[in-house]
Amino acid sequence: MNTDISAERPAPPAGGDVLLRVENLVKYFPVQSAQLFSRQKDVVHAVDGVSLEVRRGQTLGLVGETGCGKSTLARCIMRLYDVTSGRITFDGNDITKLSARQMRPYRREIQMIFQDPYGSLNPRRRVGSIIGDPFAIHRTASGQERKRLVQEAMELVGLNPEHYNRFPAEFSGGQRQRIGVARALAFRPKLVVCDEPVSALDVSIQAQIINLLADLQSELGLTYIFIAHDLSVVRHVSTSVAVMYLGQITELAPVDQLWDHPRHPYTDALLSAVPVPDPDKSAQRERIILVGDVPSPISPPSGCRFHPRCPKAAPVCVDDRPVLEPHLGDDSEHLAACHFPVEDGEDISKARPTIAAEHRVTETGVVSGS
Amino acid sequence: MALLEVSDLHVSFKTSDGIVQAVRGVSFQVEAGQTLGIVGESGSGKSVSTQTIMGLTRGARISGQALFEGKDLLTMGRQEMQKVRGAKVGMIFQDPLSSLHPYYRVGWQIVEMIRQHDKETSKAQAKARAVELLTLVGIPQPDRRVNDFPHQFSGGMRQRAMIAMAMALNPKMLIADEPTTALDVTVQAQVLRVIRNLQERFGTAVVLITHDLGVIADVADQVVVMYAGGVMEQADLRTIFFANHHPYTEGLLQSLPAYGGERKRLQPIPGQPPSLISLPPGCPFSPRCRYVMDRCRTEQPPLAPVGGDVTHLSACWLPHDVAARDELRRRITGQTLPAPAGS
Repeated sequence: MNTDISAERPAPPAGGDVLLRVENLVKYFPVQSAQLFSRQKDVVHAVDGVSLEVRRGQTLGLVGETGCGKSTLARCIMRLYDVTSGRITFDGNDITKLSARQMRPYRREIQMIFQDPYGSLNPRRRVGSIIGDPFAIHRTASGQERKRLVQEAMELVGLNPEHYNRFPAEFSGGQRQRIGVARALAFRPKLVVCDEPVSALDVSIQAQIINLLADLQSELGLTYIFIAHDLSVVRHVSTSVAVMYLGQITELAPVDQLWDHPRHPYTDALLSAVPVPDPDKSAQRERIILVGDVPSPISPPSGCRFHPRCPKAAPVCVDDRPVLEPHLGDDSEHLAACHFPVEDGEDISKARPTIAAEHRVTETGVVSGS
Repeated sequence: MALLEVSDLHVSFKTSDGIVQAVRGVSFQVEAGQTLGIVGESGSGKSVSTQTIMGLTRGARISGQALFEGKDLLTMGRQEMQKVRGAKVGMIFQDPLSSLHPYYRVGWQIVEMIRQHDKETSKAQAKARAVELLTLVGIPQPDRRVNDFPHQFSGGMRQRAMIAMAMALNPKMLIADEPTTALDVTVQAQVLRVIRNLQERFGTAVVLITHDLGVIADVADQVVVMYAGGVMEQADLRTIFFANHHPYTEGLLQSLPAYGGERKRLQPIPGQPPSLISLPPGCPFSPRCRYVMDRCRTEQPPLAPVGGDVTHLSACWLPHDVAARDELRRRITGQTLPAPAGS
């Protein structure tokens, strides 16, 4: 591993070809209707018309709050869920409708790293056998050969290859996450979906894993989809970022453009809500505090799904769903789905919605009072 | 005199693997009306310390002193303790769903809490107070929501309800143990604002326990940095962030991704926290410290003032004179490079 702490992160290869393309992806989950004897089936609109591209060698960050559909989207891309409609193209091949058997060769090329380093490793199996699973499943190596490959993978992620015969319980949280990374990378996949890979780890350990993922990316030319709710982590690792809200992408942009010129009021609020570990900046910052909570994805709001909480909402936001497109002279890489995009330097915390009260959520007491 | 004065608190648990020394000689003060932030990673003893003070650690071996308004909470009888808990010190925890009883209406739980401590209050009065409290913490339509069950509340609203309950009896101090860790950032911002506004309005002292330095920077006045059951450094907010002394504090701040500006490679603290069953002799941070000296491995450094400032304490053998410390740090890191990350 690179021990030179002052080394800059290598710039990601610019403009690589598109490795993954998602077009108009929809995933609904049927749920039991709340009303007894009702014939009508309710559905959770988990992912509702998402389109995006991931270029080879780059990292797409996926952010949004609980229930926004980011993990469902990742699992659809992994084909762990069958999609309701839409298309997923991986490396030029349409994988949307492939059967489990047809999917198998692609499974080597798309791997996943999970959030929970405790839940994602079988406590009764030795580490060597856990990391060796991919080789066993795909019957590509066995015996001494498999052991050699597994130890190579362990070395790659900074684990001691001599610990091959240990159980997961003998490792700390950070080391377990390394085991998860080793397992995902055993086959040198092209695309790695990282679903909250550092959320369960302490800060000092989190930095170790983030550096490891960055090193592996430049070493092996990996492409990442990086899901996290910690926005400063996403900013650090991503080339571009997609912001999701209630199953839809509200904004999609190269990372610096998103941070410097957020166009969607939700992005703006989200970024301003991140607590900054710097007392001076924290005191200076204008906070946009949203009212209320994310509505239910069973019956999402009409038009723009953010309108009940949006400080800039106007009647058109209730009626029309905005399209994801460039605004205010942004280039074609920076897309936002908003009727009233935020201008540079605009302070939306002072804006007041102009929609009827029944479309808004309200609050009381000390919260609204300041 | 400080509102709460904890001195030399030790807490250990007997387990089948050995004795876990969860808290080892922790001292700190909370002044009336102030916010003390306690920051540390998992297993640093930050939650155990406050839970012990409130008499919530069963089966633990406890020693030390925790004076609240001059009375020692650690030697208090059960009945006396119950009068303090809730009435004088409110508490909120990370997971509001498991802190609220699923079977009872939210309003009823607040009413019960008020009447438990003050039998004089009628049910109707208590209920009116519950509505008032829910209004205060920003629950929409409080007169209706007071009759809801906890499952009808969202995560953010449940945490608000917990805060309402904790504030019901106008406590002098509020202990918030990772109050926003389970919440999304936009909801976290709402809840932190509620806590801050209530504090300004009622002058409540707040002890906020968190692993998130961003939250600390946002709300704390004084900060205690804990590691492996002990206090590593203690100072006011700005000193902790801009003029810290302890290498652990420095390491924690450096391992965070920058919020703005250039994206540099992160500088993690190598290695991992020690086991609380078999702690290394000397400074518990010494195996991970980039400035480690021979003395650190054998002798535990005491918490001592930095540069003569009695409000800034650091438990480190590096010179407490800042210029001499910087000189020595340069010499140490010039000779030995920090160990590679994570091995």
